Amino acid sequence: MENANNYLLRVDDLKTYFAIKKGLLRRTVGFVKAVDGVSFRICPGQTLGLVGESGCGKTTVARTIVRLVPATSGRIVFEDTDVLSADKSQLRKVRRNISLIFQDPAGSLNPRMTVGNIVGDPLRVLEKITGSELADRVAILLTKVGLAADHINRYPHEFSGGQRQRIGIARALALEPKLVICDEPVSALDVSIQSQILNLLKDLQEEFGLTYLFIAHDLAVVKFSCDVVAVMYMGKIVEQADDKELYGNPLHPYTRALMSAIPHVDPSLRGKRTALGGEVPSAFEPPKGCPFHTRCPLAEAKCSEQMPPFEKKSDHQDHFVACWKANGK
Amino acid sequence: MDDNNTALAVENLATYFFLEEGVAKAVDGISFKVKKGRTFARVGESGCGKSVTALSIMRLIPDPPGRIVAGKIVFDGTDLLVLDEKQMRHVRGNKIAMIFQEPMTSLNPVYTVGSQIVEAVKLHQGKSDSKAWSDAVRMLERVGIADPARRAREYPHQMSGGMRQRVMIAMAVSCKPDVLIADEPTTALDVTIQAQILDLLDELQAQNNMSILLITHDLGVVAERGDDIAVMYASKIVEKAESGPFFAEPVHPYSQGLLKSLPQLNLSPKRLSTIAGTVPEPLHFPTGCKFHPRCSTGRNDKRCQTTEPQLRNVGHGRQVACWHAPGYETNEERAEYESKYGKRQ
Repeated sequence: MENANNYLLRVDDLKTYFAIKKGLLRRTVGFVKAVDGVSFRICPGQTLGLVGESGCGKTTVARTIVRLVPATSGRIVFEDTDVLSADKSQLRKVRRNISLIFQDPAGSLNPRMTVGNIVGDPLRVLEKITGSELADRVAILLTKVGLAADHINRYPHEFSGGQRQRIGIARALALEPKLVICDEPVSALDVSIQSQILNLLKDLQEEFGLTYLFIAHDLAVVKFSCDVVAVMYMGKIVEQADDKELYGNPLHPYTRALMSAIPHVDPSLRGKRTALGGEVPSAFEPPKGCPFHTRCPLAEAKCSEQMPPFEKKSDHQDHFVACWKANGK
Repeated sequence: MDDNNTALAVENLATYFFLEEGVAKAVDGISFKVKKGRTFARVGESGCGKSVTALSIMRLIPDPPGRIVAGKIVFDGTDLLVLDEKQMRHVRGNKIAMIFQEPMTSLNPVYTVGSQIVEAVKLHQGKSDSKAWSDAVRMLERVGIADPARRAREYPHQMSGGMRQRVMIAMAVSCKPDVLIADEPTTALDVTIQAQILDLLDELQAQNNMSILLITHDLGVVAERGDDIAVMYASKIVEKAESGPFFAEPVHPYSQGLLKSLPQLNLSPKRLSTIAGTVPEPLHFPTGCKFHPRCSTGRNDKRCQTTEPQLRNVGHGRQVACWHAPGYETNEERAEYESKYGKRQ
């Protein structure tokens, strides 16, 4: 086993609840359990993929890690800092080592700022770099992400979607972060551009030794980009394993259904589809027991009563699954 | 001609947008036929003219700035482009219906979903209120909405994305259209819901012998659901074929590039193959073959840079627009090319 200190990021039993308030007095009438007991670890240089359908809490996990939303309970340790109890200056240090790449490159770039300012601002504000040195640093960053150094005085609207995402990546790398959280970095892009960006992220990871938390809903994209994959459903991680194991030997019925629902170009890959009936239940009134039991083809009485533990069910090391019925040989 | 088999024929359609900056040729001379009871899939990236084609068929192009400048859209023996607005209204939603990508923005938030379906049924089929309402409830049931009588009295915001898309479909098929245009019907949905919606479309198609014009950027969806395929690039169709042969062996370099750049579940490549460059914008299309700046062969070919290839039959029911596709070039063209630019390998 690896030493606990070897992890760049440790998340233990993280819970992020949002209170639902109603009425004149804004009384709290309940909670949406967006993240409900999530634990994972990321080693330096690794990519952890977080997959799941919309509303499963993937993005809330990311936002909680950088404390953009307050956690309800749990522990987040980045390097040696306990993020949730960090004071202002510690938090600032954590945040400059964690940067974010967002889904919508158009919405996350200020339309009134030039590319030079967008990418250079973190350096100017936090490292007090100015003048020609700043211009040089920005130019280097732009060329690293496949843009031209003379794009520096242009505005975001002059760029295509893929190029805008490159600008977002350059900005994320400006402070030489250790961890980059990529939240659906390619889902807004065209197919031919998507592969360019995925390659770029991989190249940058190699060059700068980056660690990624990669959030996506597309299993094929995650398979290409990630070393370890965690599948989320209704605020919980239901299965986690390294990419080969997870895709070769999925144990949770939800993971299997997700995989079988993907339309394939290659006819030989089209297996029989595990039709998944119904929809994701409301997060306001989550089902009792295993949250997936309402749609699960294997569900039995026990599943609607007790949440299954997240445990090892396969011979493979580090393959965890939360399901009463999963059976990994 | 096998016109008995054709539900909708688009001939040489050209739709331009007249903007201050210039003329954007969003759709520039495309032809295709949607066969009865089959699914014709159109693939392409953003801005290639997929949706404008659909809106042209429905005659919903905002004018100004847009205008259909040439072509014919033949449905049931008549050219839709010569109909007046009143006649067109009889076709739209009744004979040819459309579902859109974002069900939230295409449903009216201030009416219940039931009343929105009723409106279509009453308008086109002249049914009474109570009959139309029971029709609407039955339609909701048919598209797989549980407890349809209650759901019909709900508003769009009370439903999930998948359910809203079902409502859209219920509305679109309520008048039993001959042709259903589905513009990115599942792009906003999760994969498990996507599979449900596509299955539902298959089922409705089989029941009514409905033709579907499926517009999507997802090649996986096309491969599983399309019977015939047209790949669009920069306002034109660059390749057209039946689904089987197309996916077995795409011919146009753009089609090949698209298929190769997809991450696959069964492969673990170190890198993905890519198509260099970006999709050109309608106001700044390159000369010659519009794909040549991104094409490894065409980039350095004088003819690709200057002369645009037109869609041509290359055998096996396949049409392609590429000078370098096998069987595309005539002997005369080859001779002419070699006399101009020198011998080719």
